[in-house]
Order: sequence, then C-alpha cells, then structure tokens
Amino acid sequence: MNWSEFFAMNGYAFYVWGSYGVAVLVFAIEIALVRNRRKQTLRSLRLMRDEMGESA
Amino acid sequence: MNKLSLMGLFGLVVRRDLLLAMRRRADVLTTLIFFVMVVSLFPLGVGPEIDMLRKMASGVVWVAALLASMLSLPRMFSADYADGTLEQMMLAPQSLSVLVLGKIVAHWMLSGLPLALIAPVLGLQFDMSAPALWTLVLTLLLGTPVLSMIGAIGAALTLGLRGGGVLVSLLVLPLCIPVLIFGAGAVDAVTSGMSVASNMSLLGAFMLFALVFTPFVAAQALRISME
Amino acid sequence: MAINWFKYAAPTTFYGLAGKMIPFFAWPAAILFVIGLYIGFFVAPTDAVQSEAYRIIFLHVPASILSMFVYLIMAGYAALGLIFNTRLSSMMAQALAPTGALFAFISLWSGALWGKPMWGAWWVWDARLTSELILLFLYLGYIALHASIEDPRRADRASALLAIVGSVNVPIIYFSVKWWNTLHQGATIKMSGTSMQIAMQQAMFAVLAACWLYVIAITLARVRSIILEREANTQWVNDLPEVKQTNGRLS
Repeated sequence: MNWSEFFAMNGYAFYVWGSYGVAVLVFAIEIALVRNRRKQTLRSLRLMRDEMGESA
Repeated sequence: MNKLSLMGLFGLVVRRDLLLAMRRRADVLTTLIFFVMVVSLFPLGVGPEIDMLRKMASGVVWVAALLASMLSLPRMFSADYADGTLEQMMLAPQSLSVLVLGKIVAHWMLSGLPLALIAPVLGLQFDMSAPALWTLVLTLLLGTPVLSMIGAIGAALTLGLRGGGVLVSLLVLPLCIPVLIFGAGAVDAVTSGMSVASNMSLLGAFMLFALVFTPFVAAQALRISME
Repeated sequence: MAINWFKYAAPTTFYGLAGKMIPFFAWPAAILFVIGLYIGFFVAPTDAVQSEAYRIIFLHVPASILSMFVYLIMAGYAALGLIFNTRLSSMMAQALAPTGALFAFISLWSGALWGKPMWGAWWVWDARLTSELILLFLYLGYIALHASIEDPRRADRASALLAIVGSVNVPIIYFSVKWWNTLHQGATIKMSGTSMQIAMQQAMFAVLAACWLYVIAITLARVRSIILEREANTQWVNDLPEVKQTNGRLS
C-alpha cells in the first residue's frame, strides 16, 4: 500500500481530506479556545485578588 | 367593581393597542410600505420575464410578509416596557397569557392583516391567476398570526436589549420556516393544479398549535425579562 | 450510607470532579478517533459506486447525529435550569452550545464536500442538509441571545426558554423540510444507501463514540471556566490552588 496512492484517494483527495482536515482544524481551534479561556479567567481572578489584597 | 372577565380583558387590550397604534399611524404604514417595496424589488433584480415571475410569485410574497412582520415585532412590548405600563400589566390579577394574547392579536391586526389584504394587488405584479391570488390571501390570513405569535416570544425574550430588532429576527425566523414552506407551497400547489387541502390543514394546525402555547410561553418570557 | 446524589450538583464540588474527569474522556476520545479512522480508511473496502469519496460518511453522519443530540441535551439542561433554578444546569447548557454549533458546521461542511462528487453540486437542497442548516441557525440564535444579555441569570433563563421552544420545533422543521424536498426534487439518493459492511459500521461507531467523548470532555472544560467566571468573587474560588499561585509577571 504505497502512501501516494493512499493520499490520492482515487482522485477524491480534495473532498476527503478537505472535510477531515477542516474537522480536525475545528477541533484543534476549539480546544485552544477553551484552554485560552481558562488561562484568561485565572489571570483575571488573580488580578482581582491582588487588587482586593491591596485595598483590604 | 366586578372583576374584568377574561374576554373583557382581551377586548380591552386589543382596543387599547389599536387605539395607540392609530395615534401613530406611521408605524402601521411602514410595515405595509416595506412589504410592498420588498415585493416590487424582486422583478427589478430578477428580470421581467413573466413566466419566471409567475413561478416565483408566492415565494417572494411570502418571504416579504415574513420580513415585514419581523420589522414591527420589537414594538409589541417596547413602548409599554419603556413607560412602565408593562409592569403594571404584569401585576394585574388577570392572567398574563390572555393579556399577551390580546397584544398578539392587536399586533397581527396591524401587521399580518394589512399584508394579507394588500397581497392580491402585489400578486398582479407577478401576473398570478385568480385562484392563486385567492389562495395567497387565505394562506397569509392563516400564516401571519403564527408569525405574530412566535414573534411575541422573541419580542418578550429580547425586551430592552440593545440591537433587539435584529436579534428578534435571528431568533424567530428559523421557527417560522414551516409556515413559509406550507404557505408558499399552497400557492404553488394551486398553480400546478394539485389539491391545496394538505397545505391549508397544516397551516391551520400550526395556527392552533401556536394559539394554545405561545401566549403562555410569551408570558413566561415576559416574567423572565422583567425580573 | 445514603449517597448524597446532589453533592456534585453544586458548582463548588462539581468543579473539582470535572477537573479530574476531563482526561478520562479526552484521551479515550482521541484513541477511538484514531481507531475509527484507521478502520475507515484501511480496513473498509472501496465502495462500488463512489469509490473513495464515501469515506466522508464516517465523519458526516456522526457529526449530524451529534449536532442533533447535543441540541436536545442542551435544551434538557436548559429546562432543568429553568424549572429547578439550578445554576449548574444552565451553565452546562451554555457550555454545550458552541460545541453543538461546531458539529452542525462540520456536518454541513462535510455534507457539501461529499455532495460535490456524489451529486455534482456543493450545496444540494436535500432535506437533511437543509434541516441541518436550520439547526445551525437555532444554535446561533441561542448563543446570540445568551451573549446579548448582561445579567447571567436572565441570560440563562431567557435562552433556556428559547432552547425549549427550539427543540419543540426541530421535528416540525425536519418533517416540513422533508415534505418540501420530496415535493420539489423527489427523493435524492439516500445517504446511507450503500449497505453498511461490517468494517464501515465499526468505523462509524468508533468515530461516533469518539465524538461523544470529545463533546463531554470539551464541555466539562468549558463549564469549569464558566463556573470560575460566575463565582469569581466567592471565597472557595480564591482558595483554589491555581488562583493562589502568583501571576508570572507580578512578583
């Protein structure tokens, strides 16, 4: 089974890898967004706590 | 003073809203003019070939009716919300659902009904046959109340929000698609000679289904928005 | 020993539990996805009619199923939050919405890319694709309504009502679109017309299971952030280890 023939997908390469590629891309972006949201939330929590710390 | 009966409340709300609307006649006309304008734009965009226009006619008129009724939805509660009468209405001992039904019917008489009455005139622009025109008016009379009812839920949910007008359309249009399909489908069925009974009965079913549930759901939406 | 079922219904305890559970869903999802793709691409035979293009089915069908079920689960959580006033249920509904919308998008995208070789057009007004598009609009409506209301409590309850109304309409929309489609165009080729050979079924179920686990993992992760955002000024959040450590920049 040589790889070039596999990736050609008998001429349908664009359609098959187009859909799977976009799907994997969407999953990756969603995971990145969720992790980034967590980082931002934690950072703002720490900032709030520091400000509260100073004012207390 | 005897307690106002439900029908009394319903009649009171409808009369009140119609009276208020008549004072600002422009609002009623804007919906109508928008409808006429949107329908008249299509031949300019698509071209004057009469047989194509005849085929598109019902879809164009129905989509324009959908958009026109979306236009006036935010005003259903916003005036009362702004000056506080909505809060008083919600404190009334009578059921909020009947009161909301009154507002829905008033809104329909100001948007849905005029559209249905003027639709035949626009149908002539598309050279629609007499039975098709008659079916168009009937389907609009059956369908536009559903638009007002589902629209009432959207209007209640987006009460007092910035950009509420566009948001209502985004929320409500997907829910009105079945009405659009069977409304426009009925007119196509007539022009192609098929029986129109199935479309009409489904439209009637949608209306009754909406009539039973939407006042209650819209009342809940109002309570959520007014907390 | 009476099990206190509602122990994990409170955001505070659920936050910790969710944190521990995420890896147990995330890694099996990735493994199953790879297994499914392996079977789908290497074990499953070439289809007589569409040769290799049919392999998109292993992505398209799970994505469509997921987009539909995630919407119903979202509406379920929303209803729970509306009726029992449990904040966590509303947070779960809010956390599910973006993932459901993305699956609807993937389903539409793979449907279009599959339609091109099979039906010769990027977009075919097929009943399923059209209702999928409308489902995407319902998701976007839910997310837009939730985002446009500042007060979280009203946002939860208003979008919950919309999700419930939407879920009642989903079957109505599907059948009216199906009726509309068969009237105009006649039944197009059934999507799963090809009799499902064993390897194909295995691949399909593996990818489906992988997607389910992925949805659970990503939703748990997102709901943890939502919990932190909403419970920002509570004591238990400030005691959290990850909040305790100082920011890298601030000394």
